[in-house]
Amino acid sequence: MENTLWPLIGGVFIGLSAILLMLSIGKIAGVSGIAWGAFTRETDRDDRSWRWLFLLGIVAGAFLLHLITGKPIPEVANTPVKAVIAGLIVGIGVKLGNGCTSGHGVCGISRLSARSIVATVIFMATAIVTVAVSQNL
Amino acid sequence: MKRLSALISGLLFGLGLAASGMTDTRKVIGFLDIFGNWDPDLIFVMGSAVITTFIGFKLVLGNRAQPLFASMFSIPTRSEIDPRLVIGAALFGIGWGLYGYCPGPALAAIIYLSPVTIGFVIFMVIGMKLGNLFSK
Repeated sequence: MENTLWPLIGGVFIGLSAILLMLSIGKIAGVSGIAWGAFTRETDRDDRSWRWLFLLGIVAGAFLLHLITGKPIPEVANTPVKAVIAGLIVGIGVKLGNGCTSGHGVCGISRLSARSIVATVIFMATAIVTVAVSQNL
Repeated sequence: MKRLSALISGLLFGLGLAASGMTDTRKVIGFLDIFGNWDPDLIFVMGSAVITTFIGFKLVLGNRAQPLFASMFSIPTRSEIDPRLVIGAALFGIGWGLYGYCPGPALAAIIYLSPVTIGFVIFMVIGMKLGNLFSK
């Protein structure tokens, strides 16, 4: 455990973000759901605008964190084929499963939602198995 | 105010993701590698995020009839565990374990300006569109 302080602080910020979004506009801070609503035409213009601003905030927030704290920018693994296949599978999965780490893992578990708890156990399990298999091939 | 709240909420989320280490795929893979060279640090992200949100949601939803800048709370009401949820979550985990990005960190990591990250995000959106076809 080289440093548990960064993860702890990061988690609190993610929690504060979820609380603010619920308190202000009554929405669940689930990134995949928010992104889907931003990219689709199923939502109206007013609905899309807050979603795009939330997504813009995520990118700007990451930028500010590295700028302010000087935390080194992580190296991006240069495996483009793996990345796009993974991206495709993640996209299909979060759409079918109605959520990802934030919507199910953080907000859903905090609401003690049975669907979210089941989803989180399943995606943690398949992620662990995938890493176990791919690291040992 | 609705838009400003969403922007500030997004900023907090992005700050949190970058601070936590979730945007570092090596760190995420290390966290998921429990049968190998396990790096447990990221358990504290989930832990502190859930505890903070649990308390905050209790306070907000327990004390208010509606949000500050909207007419109602949009809380999911479904409770059935259907095959779509199980298959979707299983696929998501496979994709997450394969490269190390889940949707939030992938979007945050766009700022690292790597074409690989941007490729991940583009294909993730294509995947969502595909998933939507199966959802109907």
